Amino acid sequence: MAKKRTVRTIPQERTAVRELDPVVRGTNFEEVNCGYNEKEALLESERCLFCPDPKCIAGCPVNINIPAFIEKLGQKDYRGAYDVITASNLLPSVCGRVCPQENQCEGVCVVGESLEPVAIGRLERFIGDRAIAEGWVNIPAIEPAPYKVGIVGSGPAGMACAADMAKAGCDVTVFEAFHEPGGVLRYGIPEFRLPNSVIDAEISNLKKLGVRFECNTLVGRLFTIEQMIEEMGYQAVFIGTGAGYPSMLNIPGDSLNGVLSANELLTRCNLMRARDFPKVDTPLPLGRKVAVVGAGNTAMDALRVCLRLGAEKVYCIYRRTKAEAPARAEEIHHAEQEGIEFHWLTNPVEVLGDDTGNVRGMRCVRMELGEPDSSGRRRPVPIEDSEFDFETDQVVYAIGTNANPIIGQTSNLGLNKWGYIQCDDSLATSLAGVFAGGDIVTGAATVIEAMGAGRRAARAMKSYLGLRDDDALESPGTLFGIDLREHNYARVRIA
Amino acid sequence: MPVNEPTTSYFEIVKREDYSDVTYMLEVSHPLMARAAKPGQFVIVMSHEDGERIPLTIADFDAQKGTVTLVIQAVGKTTREMQQTCQVGTRLYGLVGPMGIPSSLSHATKVLCVGGGLGVAPVYPQARGFKELGAKVIGVLGFRNKDLVFWEDKFKSVCDELILCTDDGSVGIKGMVTDGIKLALERHPDIDEAVAIGPPVMMKASAETTRPFGVKTMVSLNPIMVDGTGMCGGCRVKVGEQVKFACVDGPDFDGHLVDFDDLMVRLRRYKEEENAAMKRFEESCRMRDFMVTDAEVREAITTQMGEA
Repeated sequence: MAKKRTVRTIPQERTAVRELDPVVRGTNFEEVNCGYNEKEALLESERCLFCPDPKCIAGCPVNINIPAFIEKLGQKDYRGAYDVITASNLLPSVCGRVCPQENQCEGVCVVGESLEPVAIGRLERFIGDRAIAEGWVNIPAIEPAPYKVGIVGSGPAGMACAADMAKAGCDVTVFEAFHEPGGVLRYGIPEFRLPNSVIDAEISNLKKLGVRFECNTLVGRLFTIEQMIEEMGYQAVFIGTGAGYPSMLNIPGDSLNGVLSANELLTRCNLMRARDFPKVDTPLPLGRKVAVVGAGNTAMDALRVCLRLGAEKVYCIYRRTKAEAPARAEEIHHAEQEGIEFHWLTNPVEVLGDDTGNVRGMRCVRMELGEPDSSGRRRPVPIEDSEFDFETDQVVYAIGTNANPIIGQTSNLGLNKWGYIQCDDSLATSLAGVFAGGDIVTGAATVIEAMGAGRRAARAMKSYLGLRDDDALESPGTLFGIDLREHNYARVRIA
Repeated sequence: MPVNEPTTSYFEIVKREDYSDVTYMLEVSHPLMARAAKPGQFVIVMSHEDGERIPLTIADFDAQKGTVTLVIQAVGKTTREMQQTCQVGTRLYGLVGPMGIPSSLSHATKVLCVGGGLGVAPVYPQARGFKELGAKVIGVLGFRNKDLVFWEDKFKSVCDELILCTDDGSVGIKGMVTDGIKLALERHPDIDEAVAIGPPVMMKASAETTRPFGVKTMVSLNPIMVDGTGMCGGCRVKVGEQVKFACVDGPDFDGHLVDFDDLMVRLRRYKEEENAAMKRFEESCRMRDFMVTDAEVREAITTQMGEA
């Protein structure tokens, strides 16, 4: 670097990202965010100050060495940048798209103190997409270890744990109950936010590491966790089954036809491709006026899916204000652009039905913010006599999930009082050799947090199995946990 | 998307029998599931890549042969299509299970097992299970007429007494399963539990019939599902004051507490789409028949011309 960059010398404006026109995209499932091209990525990379004490690394749940990858990117060493990211994060293309960066790396970016923070997520995605296009994959020379590892659930937590254990030489099998792997990335997040081709590419990278996927396998019922350890020869098991069991509002009218969970809507539309009905067999009747309750990422996905399926009006009903909405800022922004009507400080009290058992409307009450509650957010309280009705013919609940009961029903694992799996700090469960992570331990969270948990569990699993763990050395010269100074390290390009 | 060759997913159909023009039996190879399955559990089937996921109760399982048996009624597009495509030697695209909490085969000493219509087959594993536990089993099966009767021998081998009911009286007693239930309860006042499986309206009637006798009656619910693992909530049912997910909290519930009217309304959720799909399917079948005929005619003409 010739000159030291300062906040004054770097490009002041954050490089804008091209997006599909809101009117056009409202009618299709094309990806909304087009991502940076090379020129834009290089320009944005100039905004990183390479702080001596970078906050962003600590802000990232998997501690990607962000300044290092941005530096490589700026030198047009995209392969090098990819190597830096993948040393910590298996799925740059996924995380660049779905991480809530504003609360993580970008939220603590030093540039962000005076200007818009560096668009770290978009740069990460640029590198990830470049890797997919070029067919890059880092397959280290793996020294086989004589251990069989079973992973329950093929979502982000399971994928991250599987990758680390495969790299440690274990024979890894991932079990998935659905007919396709990917978990929430596949059934939950719609294509306009995360194209299936990206998930396919990431899964094929895992297969190149030797990970096997067994779909159509409901662990717990087809065989139990205990059987995996005692009869099937697995030395270690990781449970990453997600939270899954959707909450209902428990208000009158919950069971009317036309009331469904966001999980059902999204699974029908994404995994089962009901948007192509009748070309595929799974139906998804859509309302003309749809109300989605909740304002998290799942709610935003549900709102925007309904819009794309052709609803005339799509309302977002949330009992707090925009400031408390848990969704990524970009998703709310995109939803607003696309014409979603937001009704903040509004709480449903009843779903109204007609005489055939279908939804015809919803009764809500206006709210105001009171004192902060245990989560630190100001508690919404109803305003007296503010009830009102409006017309809607489909109601989607996106208000969170509870613990899926299957593993609890079928094993002796210790659970907490909400039914989530109880773990110690290393993510070990009450059964020896069994580890767990992701939503089934913490309750609903984000993709990157689940991946971070998968990696933490892998670390504990390695130490349980007595495997060497290079990650524990914190050496900067490691890639996929393999010491770069070792002779058997090889980089392979797969066409 | 193709995954690495899955060892648990061969799903080959090894045997098929047709019990009537709408009812057919498939025996599917799945050794792991055959070992794991218990009475009362169900599977989710996907017949092809673009198919829907449909829940089907396991009608029988044989750990030795490594097969699970499904008895299917061709009532909708998917089941009609499967009736044509699922032949011995073909494979299902997806088969996952066993799902749901197994029936609690209590220590009842005398049990009434009631099956009507599509519920006849799934009540068999429960009857056999109770028999194996040493209970006396009274079976009540309902069919429309003599020609539609199936599995009579199987049931006879596990029931101490079997009452057949047909609408027209062509075999057994003339009447509905509720008449059979009444008869059984009067003959055997010591029956301490009943299981009734069939269409919702039949389960409702069965539960109402046993209610005055104070006999606990378990029913197996089969609402609309997508995943079958508790993830979508499409299968939620009202049981007493609570909302339950049939896939992970059931499928067996106390029939005296189930809100059957709610269940029946919810089963109509996709009626329009189902009817439309059915109509399209029938049209495509007719088109195919027509094309075959057309081709045959053309071939005949060509042959004739050749001869001339």
